[in-house]
Amino acid sequence: MTAPSRIRNFSIIAHIDHGKSTLADRLLERTGAISERDMREQVLDEMDLERERGITIKANAVRIDYEASSGEKYQFNLIDTPGHVDFSYEVSRSLEACEGAVLVVDASQGVEAQTLANAYMAIEEGLEIIPVVNKIDLPAADPDRAAAELAGVLGGTADEVIRVSAKTGVGIDELLEAIVDRLPPPEGDEDAALRALVFDSFYDTYRGVVSHVRVVDGSIATRQPIRFMATDLDVDADELGIRRPSTEAVQRLGTGEVGYLITGVKEIDLIRVGDTVTHATNGSFEALPGYQEPKPMVFSGLFPTDGDDFERLREALDKLRLNDSSLVFQAETSRALGFGFRVGFLGLLHMEIVRERLEREYDLELVATAPSVAYRANLTSGQQIPVRSPQDLPDVSSLDSIEEPFVKVMIITPSEFIGTVMELVQQRRGEMGEMTYLSPERAELHYRIPLAEIVFDFFDQLKTRTRGYASLDYEPDDYQESDLVRVNILLNGLPVDAFSTIVHREKAYTYGKAMVERLRELIPRQLFDVPIQAAIGTRIISRETIKARRKDVTAKCYGGDITRKRKLLERQKAGKRRMKMVGQVEVPQEAFVAALKLET
Amino acid sequence: MNVEQGPDTGYRIPDTGHSSPRPDSPELAERAHYWRSAYVHIPFCARRCPYCDFAVVAADEAGGSDTQRYVDALVAEIGMESDSSELHAINFGGGTPTRLHPDALAQIIGALDTQFSIEDDAEISIEANPEDWTPALADDLRRIGFNRVSFGIQSFDPVVLEALGRVHSPRDALEAFTAARAADFTTVSIDLIYGTPAETDESWHATVERAIGLGPDHLSAYALTVEGGTVLSRAVRGGAPEPDPDEQADRYEYLDQVAQSAGLIRYEVSNWARPGHACRYNLSTWMMGEFSAFGTGAHDSRNGVRARNIRRLDAYLKHVEAGTRPRSGSERLGEFESERERFMVGLRLAAGVLPGVIGSPFIMSDEGRRLTDAGVIAVRNGRVVVLRPLLTDLVARSVLSVSPGDC
Repeated sequence: MTAPSRIRNFSIIAHIDHGKSTLADRLLERTGAISERDMREQVLDEMDLERERGITIKANAVRIDYEASSGEKYQFNLIDTPGHVDFSYEVSRSLEACEGAVLVVDASQGVEAQTLANAYMAIEEGLEIIPVVNKIDLPAADPDRAAAELAGVLGGTADEVIRVSAKTGVGIDELLEAIVDRLPPPEGDEDAALRALVFDSFYDTYRGVVSHVRVVDGSIATRQPIRFMATDLDVDADELGIRRPSTEAVQRLGTGEVGYLITGVKEIDLIRVGDTVTHATNGSFEALPGYQEPKPMVFSGLFPTDGDDFERLREALDKLRLNDSSLVFQAETSRALGFGFRVGFLGLLHMEIVRERLEREYDLELVATAPSVAYRANLTSGQQIPVRSPQDLPDVSSLDSIEEPFVKVMIITPSEFIGTVMELVQQRRGEMGEMTYLSPERAELHYRIPLAEIVFDFFDQLKTRTRGYASLDYEPDDYQESDLVRVNILLNGLPVDAFSTIVHREKAYTYGKAMVERLRELIPRQLFDVPIQAAIGTRIISRETIKARRKDVTAKCYGGDITRKRKLLERQKAGKRRMKMVGQVEVPQEAFVAALKLET
Repeated sequence: MNVEQGPDTGYRIPDTGHSSPRPDSPELAERAHYWRSAYVHIPFCARRCPYCDFAVVAADEAGGSDTQRYVDALVAEIGMESDSSELHAINFGGGTPTRLHPDALAQIIGALDTQFSIEDDAEISIEANPEDWTPALADDLRRIGFNRVSFGIQSFDPVVLEALGRVHSPRDALEAFTAARAADFTTVSIDLIYGTPAETDESWHATVERAIGLGPDHLSAYALTVEGGTVLSRAVRGGAPEPDPDEQADRYEYLDQVAQSAGLIRYEVSNWARPGHACRYNLSTWMMGEFSAFGTGAHDSRNGVRARNIRRLDAYLKHVEAGTRPRSGSERLGEFESERERFMVGLRLAAGVLPGVIGSPFIMSDEGRRLTDAGVIAVRNGRVVVLRPLLTDLVARSVLSVSPGDC
């Protein structure tokens, strides 16, 4: 155990791509936690997906031994955090286990919305912040501007900003010393009853539930009987350990220390993130403040292409949930797509990652329907019901009104794009809030906007229209009544539930028209004419027809050609896009996500 | 024709006693399975047509003028054949077979007769371009044994002919046809190409009327197809208009209607004939009959093995002259694969195809039912028949869903 005065617990927070993981790698390397030989890019990102996409999804804690220039030895616990809005709840969890944060900003990009959101979160948690400008080696770097912006945001001076290049190693020593000098040690009571915060938890096939804990008061030793206060679960601490980043068992975790805890518990629901661990006897009665459970913001239907895979999909979702408590799902049936699940996600990236993991790690072929947000329908009876899919929307006759979730959006953009951003937000029914200038060149804009308007392609549009310069962060706001309607799409005269969408009435026509046009392009010609219609209730608002396929035959077939022709047909068959039968119509998988790509 | 007993299927071929069965009759088709035929490829052409992807050597290309060397090689190759069954049909294709002197053609027929012996009433067919055809040539070809000719007329519209890179005039076509008739060929056939972007409805209608008006015994009509590696495919990639499948469907349907009412019965997707004039060579290959093939790029099928010849003229000559068969590859098909081929090719015939092991699971499958409900296929007289010939490939791809486990 290390005396709390020699412990520093901190996170690195940064906008995506501003070099957080590389900086963590460099700290590990410089302190000898990992040899150069073992160094692979982004050591802390374990999942394949994380390394491929260059983002961190799950939080991670690593212990580093550091000998300061004073000769004193310190224990650093570096708690890595995800860098995407979808996972901001995990950021806030990690921050609660820390006393300080290293706030990283790219020297060529400056402060981004994500940086600000996380910085504010850290300030709210009472964390000490070390501002760092990274990537000063880049030709486009403007460290002075970035430092000035950081100082402006944090209310300090530009001199306090440490300039580093995680790539070349410049400034890393200065940063390590600053962690010792500027960040406070943990403040817990070593003599008090044990109180440890569970700040992350994941399921391991061999070990059961593995929890990351931060000891706040007292200490915990292996084989001690402990209690999870929220679930009132009494178990033994089978194993305690730390990561360096390789796993290392320890006998004891003292006040202020961070490590993992294995209890032999197999059900992840029994060990909640945010819970407090104390001793089973003579334990504390006062739990630490926990976390708010993250709420899913976006819902999408996931259906196996092959109906027989339904059970496999259920098992896969169950397994994913073991390490992702934010994932919620319930069985759903679609006339068009058969049996599947309506799955709730924290955001679009979360949705994409889950879908990719299901297809890649569980070898499932899936059709995902266009995402929808969680609406609320007020019935004439006075009852309010949740609407997570367009099919949930009750008939107009019993419907009084529909409410939709709004979010508060913060956008940071170079000043020259302010007009462009305003135009985009107005198209998306956004209400302008305040606007402040971070510097003469960059502004921070606040909006209130329906979540449904940003879940599809808002971020892409924002990036495209500002040539990649603007950044975005959002947080949930309240619900508000809106004039919303369900647009049904009829294929060959029958509504296809998987294609229906809830949109604002003013956009219904444009949406319906764009959707039927897109479907006409995506759905191949069939054996008969197939009308595609968009309708609100029984009123048709748009129509296209896919003309019947008339010719599909090679003109000539010679004796010598027969095998070649068979092989050609086999190739064509194999290359045929994956199709789903909807009534009598063959529909390619892409059609079900067509709405995602609509420009309306 | 003797009554034959099919050794492998046990199917007894009835002897109808008629000399002129309908070209689309199932009996004729089943009989064709037992015909033995040969194909001879003559690669020489005056020039390359922009849409052609066959093994062809234009006159100005290497080896394009040394035709006698090729004829000697053909004769040598025929002599290398191990089989000697009697031939029921011989087809000379190309290229342009009439680029060879009739004496050279006679030499090749002689070699075939020596190796195989040719039945007395065998079909001996040649492809010809109208511009090369003269009454004298017609008489010569008749004399050396040819009794069937198919003319690459393609169109009667000069604009379309020019777009296709053909050098004959509609008048050449007319004269060639008349000369063939005068020389008393048993079967005179016309080849047409439809759906060339330069073609209009009116020009096609006129072409069809003139072609049918000549009273051919046989008609082949092919949709212009953009094959990879041709001048046409390069032009299309460069932005030239592509044939439109819907327009081609219109053209096809028009032709089919006019041809059928003139007594030309459609017996394959792209072929029509009067009774007694179905092309025996083609029919036998479609019915998985055995055939030998000689010359550059030729494919044959014997004893369950499909073999193909080297396509390049110089390499072909080198092999044959060194005394080896000029093969570039061969393939023995598995039982299920050959059954698949039999079924898929059989679908192209108006007579339909015997179901075999694939037919029933296919008809009962979801795709089979859908195609039946949509009127694309039907079971007629115990055979699977495609009712909409223009959708034959769509049906054939659906057949691929049937796997050996389903049978």
